[in-house]
Amino acid sequence: MSAANPTSPTLNRPVPVVEAPALGAVRTSRRGPAPARILAFVILAVLALAWLTPVAWAALTSFKSEAEAAAMPVTIVPEDGFTLRAYLNVLTEGLVPRWAWNSLLTSAAVTLITVTISALAGYALSRLRFAGRQMLITLIVASIMIPGQILIVPLFHLMLSLNLVDTYWGIILPQVVAAPMVFILKKFFDQIPFELEEAALMDGASRLRIFLSIVLPLSRPILGAVAIFVFIGAWNNFLWPFIVVNDSTLMTLPTGLQTVISAYGIQYAQNMAQAVLAALPLIVVFMFFQRQIIKGIATTGIAGT
Amino acid sequence: MTTAEALDVPPTAAVDPDSRSIGRARRRRSENLRGWIYCAPFLIAFGLFLIWPTVYGLWMSFTGTSLAGTNTQFVGLANWKEALGDPQVWTSLGNTAWFTLLSTIPLVLVAMVLAVLVNIGLPGQWFWRLAFFMPFLLASTVVSQFWNWMYNPQLGLINTFLGWFGVTGPAWLQDPNTAMISVVITTVWWTIGFNFLLYLAALQNIPDQLYEAASLDGAGSWRKFLSITLPQLMPTTVLVLVLQLLASLKVFDQIYQMTGGGPGGSTRPVLLYIYEVGFTGYRLGYASAISYIFFFLIIIVSVAYMVISSRRSVKA
Repeated sequence: MSAANPTSPTLNRPVPVVEAPALGAVRTSRRGPAPARILAFVILAVLALAWLTPVAWAALTSFKSEAEAAAMPVTIVPEDGFTLRAYLNVLTEGLVPRWAWNSLLTSAAVTLITVTISALAGYALSRLRFAGRQMLITLIVASIMIPGQILIVPLFHLMLSLNLVDTYWGIILPQVVAAPMVFILKKFFDQIPFELEEAALMDGASRLRIFLSIVLPLSRPILGAVAIFVFIGAWNNFLWPFIVVNDSTLMTLPTGLQTVISAYGIQYAQNMAQAVLAALPLIVVFMFFQRQIIKGIATTGIAGT
Repeated sequence: MTTAEALDVPPTAAVDPDSRSIGRARRRRSENLRGWIYCAPFLIAFGLFLIWPTVYGLWMSFTGTSLAGTNTQFVGLANWKEALGDPQVWTSLGNTAWFTLLSTIPLVLVAMVLAVLVNIGLPGQWFWRLAFFMPFLLASTVVSQFWNWMYNPQLGLINTFLGWFGVTGPAWLQDPNTAMISVVITTVWWTIGFNFLLYLAALQNIPDQLYEAASLDGAGSWRKFLSITLPQLMPTTVLVLVLQLLASLKVFDQIYQMTGGGPGGSTRPVLLYIYEVGFTGYRLGYASAISYIFFFLIIIVSVAYMVISSRRSVKA
């Protein structure tokens, strides 16, 4: 399954592994004349405001009382004062903390397993000359064209026969297959000079030892990029967890929230508080690791989504 | 892992000239084995959760399988014939195509404009990237919640805003005339950050010398944009366009969450129809047949891109 991102693109060949430059480097030579810069600034400011509005509006609503949130005429800033009532209700009554835990657990497992098995396979495909290697590479690259979404029906059937419906493993396992990531890692390993490994081979080090103590440390940036990408994809994945889990205590955050929309209906402040709570971890993480996340997405995103 | 280590024969092991060829053969055999062992964990998952469902799904499309797994009898091309004659299949494919067209154009053009503006080097770089990219990191459910609330006919911000100017806004998601465009606006808001990022990276890869040379020749900013920036962005535009087409064709989450395909099926994409047939109508065999019709469309787009990009690289 693809690590489903919003409107998930499938991988296309060729995979340009974009070396994302340090974004934001200002180059004086590209600066336009002053009036053009001011115009650009105004346009950007208006658009940025438009882009932040839905989040701000949700946040403002979440601090209202239910009565005010549902009252006409609509108030922008809570007039009865800011209240944390909605958040308290969400955190104490609903299953949101449980869903957040499920999301964390399954996303971490997906990331760990995906990175491990993809790195091992990528290394073998890059360095070991074994029979069938070329065939495997072709098969893996070709498989990238298969959209995960069309597999939900047979995959669900498979999960039924494996007894994995309504289990954590049922959520996790189909998400660990990330052919694009194997391909990206293989390409990266191809670029590491073989001399480094040759010396260790001469000294009698095993392949596994070389992989663990020479190749992996050199690959930290790309492993980080793949891990970030896979984690975000798994954290936000909706379709698969939605299909495979019916038990509300096993739901992830995105699927759990969906059941609440239909159930609560008119508790607007509470709905918004839940959405804000679900959005918060990623927004905070993004603020702290903006550079790494942007680089990770730019490096792996084209191939991965 | 321990087996992999135990099988490891260091290259220095063969010393005796006679045993060298035996050693090499053994080494090759161990290299073969090691290659497959390292690939095994991935290949097991790959085979079980990707290749098998792909093959099995195709098989299912020729059977009458239901959700309970009963009635797996072979029905030949019956599902396929039914799918091709099912008006709902065509309507939902049409909705998918319409959504793809409406969303791809702004998602490519607006992303390019945003990236060009941000790349001018105005102050507050981190803020622009936060504003335009951050929504991309949000889960679809969160995005749908935010926008359901924006679009709420009585209490939503959009109609409140319109009301200040004396305009009575439509019911957005509940109105068949505006439901699709509402979903498209949400999608643009949500996913533009990705294309924006690709454009930003491409802009920063354009060599400065090109602009410097143009300046020496007396070219103005607009001239430089038209004859340097735009042509240099062409490969990225082709890439972004195809990725966007493929992404938009697979739309499901936000439509399911915001309109449920309604009103009156006016926004229902083909993936939602597949879901309904398979998981609420319990007809897995029939759902598989529709899935494969959809799959062929995706393949056509992918192959078209490969042909275009290989022709491009031949030219280069």
